[in-house]
This record gives sequence, C-alpha cells and structure tokens, in this order.
Amino acid sequence: MDLAATILVDGLIYAGWLFIVSVGLTLVFGVLNILNIAHGSLYAIGAYASASMVGAYFALGGEAFPYGSYVAMILAAVLVALVVGPLLERGLLRFFYGRDEVLNVLVTYAVFLILEDLMKLIWGVNPYFVYEPYTLLGDVEIGPLFYVGYDFAVIAAAIIVGLAVWLTLNRTRVGKVVLAVIHDSEMSQTMGVNVQRIYLGAFMAGTFLAALGGALTAPMISVTPGLGVNVIIVAFAVVIIGGLGSVPGAAIGALMVGISRAASVHLMPEAELFIIYFVMAIVLLFRPEGLFAKTQARKI
Amino acid sequence: MNKAVLEVRDLQKTFGAVTAAQDISVTVPEGAVYSLIGSNGAGKTTFVNMVTGYIKPDSGTINFGNRNIAGMAPRQITRLGIHRSFQIAQLCAELTVEENMLVADAIHGHPGPSFLRKAHNAEARERALATLERFHIAEHRDRLVPELSGGVKKLLDIAMAMAGETQIMMLDEPTSGVAADEKFPIMDLVMDALRSAGVTVIFVEHDMDIVTRYSERVLAFYDGRIIADDAPDEVLSDPEVQRYVTGAPA
Amino acid sequence: MRINLLLAAIIAFVVLAAGSVILPDWAMFLFAMALAKGLVCLGIVGMMRGGVVSFGQGLYYCLGAYTATLVANTFGVSDIFLLTLLSSAVCLLVGMAFGPLLSSYRGIFFAMLSLALSMVLYGSLSKMSFIGGTDGLNIAAPTFLGWAPEGRALQMALYIYVVAIVVIAGVLMRIYFDSERGLLTLATRDNELRVEYLGASVRNVMTYNYVFGAVLGGIGGTIAALALGHVDPEFAFWTTSGEFVFVAILAGSLSVPSVFVAAIILELVRSFSNLYFPNTWQLALGLFLLAVIIVLPKGLGSLVSRRKGNPA
Repeated sequence: MDLAATILVDGLIYAGWLFIVSVGLTLVFGVLNILNIAHGSLYAIGAYASASMVGAYFALGGEAFPYGSYVAMILAAVLVALVVGPLLERGLLRFFYGRDEVLNVLVTYAVFLILEDLMKLIWGVNPYFVYEPYTLLGDVEIGPLFYVGYDFAVIAAAIIVGLAVWLTLNRTRVGKVVLAVIHDSEMSQTMGVNVQRIYLGAFMAGTFLAALGGALTAPMISVTPGLGVNVIIVAFAVVIIGGLGSVPGAAIGALMVGISRAASVHLMPEAELFIIYFVMAIVLLFRPEGLFAKTQARKI
Repeated sequence: MNKAVLEVRDLQKTFGAVTAAQDISVTVPEGAVYSLIGSNGAGKTTFVNMVTGYIKPDSGTINFGNRNIAGMAPRQITRLGIHRSFQIAQLCAELTVEENMLVADAIHGHPGPSFLRKAHNAEARERALATLERFHIAEHRDRLVPELSGGVKKLLDIAMAMAGETQIMMLDEPTSGVAADEKFPIMDLVMDALRSAGVTVIFVEHDMDIVTRYSERVLAFYDGRIIADDAPDEVLSDPEVQRYVTGAPA
Repeated sequence: MRINLLLAAIIAFVVLAAGSVILPDWAMFLFAMALAKGLVCLGIVGMMRGGVVSFGQGLYYCLGAYTATLVANTFGVSDIFLLTLLSSAVCLLVGMAFGPLLSSYRGIFFAMLSLALSMVLYGSLSKMSFIGGTDGLNIAAPTFLGWAPEGRALQMALYIYVVAIVVIAGVLMRIYFDSERGLLTLATRDNELRVEYLGASVRNVMTYNYVFGAVLGGIGGTIAALALGHVDPEFAFWTTSGEFVFVAILAGSLSVPSVFVAAIILELVRSFSNLYFPNTWQLALGLFLLAVIIVLPKGLGSLVSRRKGNPA
C-alpha cells in the first residue's frame, strides 16, 4: 500500500479518536462558555472507570460473552457522566456562569488539579491493563499491512457520535433549544427556556463524551495517572482549529490534526509533537475564530 | 468670520445596504459651537466617528490643520487636537476619578508616558485637580467610578477628553443619561470650561432646548445627508427638519 | 517615596540573603528555585495588570534555560552574569518578535496562543535528540566573575545571586507599576477604547508587558537550570506554565513581594507533600486555588495593600 494511503488510514484512525475526545470540549464551550481544562481529567476518569468495569465484568464471568465488555465500557462512561457531571456543574461551575472566560479556565484548572489526585486516591498509582476488548475484533488486512480491527471500530464510533450529536442538535426539539442557548443564552432565557437544565444537560453530555473517549482508549493503553494531561492539550488544538463551540469544526479539526500527525510520523518524525501545536498557532494567527466560529477572537 | 478649523468635503459611507453618510460637507470656523441633530440612524454619530477616526469614510476628505485626517487612527487624530467625549461615559472602572485624570494627563505628557516617573506625582496631581475643579467634580477625586452618579461620570468623561491640547471637542450627547434638572448646570459648566479654553465645540444632542441655548449653528441630519445647516431658529423652524427630526414646531 | 522603596529593597535583600547562612542546603535550594520561578510569575502579573493571562510563559522559562545550557555546553561559558545576560537577550528578541502578534489577542485566545507557542517549543525540543530530546541536558555549575565555588559555597553564591536579581527585578517592576505607563496598563485593562481615544497605543502597552514577561521568564529559567544543573523540555510543558499562573493568581496583582511569597509557599507545599502526601498535594493546590478565586479575587496581595489609595 502506498505511503499516501497509509497516512490516510493512520490519520483517520487518529482523527476518529480525536473527534470523540474533543467534541465534548467544544460542546461545553459552545453552550456554557467554559473552556474546561478538566476535560482531560474526565477523559482519564472514563478510562479508569472503563478499566474497572471491564475488569469487574470479566471477573464476574464475562468470558462467556466477551463482547459484553463493550457494553461495560460504555456503561462506565455513562456512569461517569451521571455522577461527575452534575457534581461539577451543579456543585461548582454554575456559580461562575457569565464570569470572565479566563477566570472560568482557572476554575477548571483547579478542578483538574483536584481530579488528578482524586483519581490517584481512588484507583491508586499502578497501571491498569484491560487489553481484552482491544483484541476481540481481530485484525484487518489492508494491502501488506495489518491494522487492529478495534482501531476501525473507533472510527465507526466517532462517526456514530458525530451523527448522534449533529442529529440531536439539528433535528430534535431539545437540540434546537440547545442551539438557541449557544447562540444567545440571555435571549433564550427570556423566551422561557430553562437554561439551567440545558447547561446541566450539555455539561453531562460533554462529560459523557470525554469519558467515552477515555473508556474506548482504555483497552489500547495502560491506564496510569497523568493520562489526561496530554489529552487536554491535543483537544485544545482540535477545538481551536475547528472553532470553539462548533461541532462540525471539531470534526474538521480532528481530521486536520489526525492527518497532519500521521503525515508527520511517516514523513518527518521529528515534527510529530510540534506539528499539532504549530498548526494550532497558525490557525490562531490567521483565522483565530477557527474554521467555524462562535466567538470573536481578536480585539484589534 | 474666523478661519475654518475643520473642513469636511463630500464624505460618503455605506455599511452594506445602509447609507450612513452621503455628500457630507461641513465647514466649521475656529471657536464656533455647532450642534448636530437628527433621529437615530440619521448619520450624526457616523459623522462624529469618521471625524474622530473610529470609522474610515469610503471617500471624501476631512481637513484639519492643513492635513486630511480621513482614515487616520483615533489616537493620531487625538494627538492632532480633535478630542471627543462619549454618549455612554467611557471611564476606567477600577480606577479613581483622580487616576482617570492622571491617565489622560500622562498620555499627553512630553515626550510621552514615562516608565519611571510616578503616575501620582505632585505636578500631575495638581493639573488633574485643576481640571476636576473646573468641572466641579474635585470632591469625588478619590472615589471609584462605579460609585459615581450619571452626571459626574459624564463630566469626568469630558474632563478627561480635555487633557492635552484640545482644538476641537466633539461631545456625543453630553446630557444623555443625565437627570433633567442637571442638564443645564452640566452644559453651563462644560461650555464655560471649553469656551474659556478657546476650544471649537461640536456636540450631538437630542434635547432641542440644549441645542437652542448653546449652539450658534445647527446641522440637521436625515438619512445620511445634511438637510439643514443654519442658525438654531432657522433650522428648527425648517419644515423638512420638523418632518424628519424634531416632529413638531420649535 | 522612593526612599521607602529603596529601604524596603535593602531590608528584603538582607533578610533573604541571611538565608544563605541560616538555611540548610535543601531549604536554600528550594528558596532559590522558588525565587527563580517567582520571576516568571512576576512577568505574568505584569501582563495580568493589562487584562491578559499568559498560559505559555513556559516558552521563555524554557528558552532562557536552554540558551544558557547550550551556550555553556558549546562555548564553555560558565559565568552566571554572562549566561543571564545572553538568555535575557535571546528572550528579549523572541519576545519582541511575538509581542506585537500576541498583543492583538485577549481572553481565551491570548491564553491559547501563548499556550500553543510554548507547546511548539516543547514539541520541537522533545524530538531534537541532538540536544537531549526528552531527557534534556545537564549544565555545569556556574562561576561568578572568575570565582568558581563548590559545595555549600556554590549553593550560597547561587542563592545570593538569585536574591539580588529578585530584589532588583522587584524594585524595577514596582517602579514600572507605579509609573505613568504602569497606570496606563491598568487603564488599558479597564477600557481600551478610551485609552486609544486619549491618544495612546494599546498595542504598545500590551507589547511592553509581554516583552518584560519574556525577559523575566528567561532569567528565571536560566537560574532554575543552573540551580538544578539540568534542563529538559518539560520547562515548556503546559503544566509548568499552569503552575506559574497558579502562583500569579495566588499572589494577585497588587504587591510585588506577594508574588515571591506565593512562589515560596508553592515550593514548600510541593516539597513537603511529595514526602508525606504524594497523592494529595495537587488536590490541596486545587482547593487552595478555588478558595483564593472565590474568597480573595484579588489574590493574597490584596490582604496586604488595600485597593483604595494604593494602586497596583
């Protein structure tokens, strides 16, 4: 298989993962105007929860039906959203709505610090390995190369998530209300929308998506402390490129970052780490609102 | 008549489908007091914004001191001597009244604001105090902006605009947001301070009593054009002006 | 008025320098690191007074550190004064290059752009195996105008050097904050439109503050590298920058000493927690930060100097 196709496939795999990980961040910013640094921690909690659930599942005899571990993983993400989401949103963030955006970043930074340690306290510092779900889907042969089937499942999951979010926002009544709140929350409120409930719902959705990213990744890696630290920064790059608050933007950003990284890994490995942030900086310099923006970026 | 200090020729400005300024031509003699009237959207604020540099006209010239200032940045125009106040007082909210004046003063210092000289130095504070006293707001000097009444904020806004050498002062609705019984006292104060400094004044107003009492000449705007340019009594009794601006006999 | 400042500076120097005799080695090292990092935070405070928060000062912290290390390792320069000067010069130039670009941005976008630039440096250095990659580089002990101390004498010399730099930088920044341009910075934070209409350039205000931050960041990084004997790309990682912001928020923008007090508090908490509570010190920091944000929106410094009549 030629180099371009390899880059494309690798890029798509990475882009799929990036999209799932980033779409929640952009959604939360779009609705609540909060750039959530703790999004990376929610991802990590999702990974840990998933590892625990899968571990428990197999310990309780799940071997009989291994595909049930996928259900366990998604359930983990749902649980994280149900527990951590309201705790953070109702317990802390709602007191900061309407405040300065950078102040809210600092609040979420504090939350990030807190959650990082809470994870260590709950799950300890030793790594968790739950590789079984990763191997269940076998290998896929494309030309001379073998890819893990699971990686393609992540792409499928990304597409499903993307469609689900898009359909919910654009085709359901709730979704249209959310779009209205994104556009102008004050106006929505005066028109009778229960904005508080929308905020809670959006935050829980964002939490679920972050946790889902972590949950799906858990079988691919060893889950250790500090997982979220690297993820959040990549997620920032994706949402900045795509435009804060834009779901299609997150998809485009994910594709751009995914393919750039794949290209760099194959063509110029020294650039791998810096290419993402370089693209992020370039976008910020030339089109700071990103490709599909919600907010105004420049003052002058 | 005094020589012209400001000469505007054929200003044009459109925003998409909206014509904000059409063939605007005005000559303002030195030391005059002009007022601009017109309903909202008629073009008077656009005019002020073009003269003070906030908006760049599509075409036309604005001659001030042998220079065409059309399209220049606000801070350049300010340094040349055209200063403005704002319809909603533009103040520094976390600073005291005195500090607001000190900022204005420091910017016009020679050769410019200093990295070393203390902002709260004795000479600057004296100058600030003198200006505050001229506007009768010295008693508020240690108060923070949010604590001030609307009238005091307006006076501070104008006092700040006085810093440096002011040749032309453009006042954007100086009495809007001011209590009815304070309008005349405030305008008396402001016009007194400005006239005694030899400043040419152009103010935007909706209150026709203020217009008649303080201006020598009135420019009436409608639909981006100047439909009248004359003494107050003439302009206010003009049928077109009555139709499009004042809505009633003067 | 200036006499007071001079007196305060002398007292601060004497008190801090006394630490070189009183403090045990580990404490002197900790204080030296804290003060070096405090310089970076002072730069952030300078920018915060203008209304922007930089989440990427790690860029200059790292740039200064690597400049000193590379110059020392390549050209054998070991004089600390020379290394500091060179790092400052490099950071000054880079700051002057990026400053005008960044000064068009505010809020989240300023934060994200500054972050992106620091991560670009992190990413680049991590992959440059010829200068150590993620392992970084070691740097030899500095010399002081010809004198090459060792052991405790070296510790003391380095410590007194950073104390002197901190006192000088603190005095200069205090003079700047109290100056006309310092007040102009506050005015810009409050109302940029008005500042432009009064005749000043907001872009210039923001650029100066950014460049000062760059130089302070570079000096801090240089001293940190020399104290540690080592530098690595983590100096530019976002969590490093995050800690600098943490200290700046904690300190607030009202008083210069509070920046260094906050930096020292952070280092103390980090050290003790690493020993006794390794899994809860970030938790403590996070809670502390929340508490400061909620209770003391103007940071610790507001406890000392009241807002009224005492401008930042």
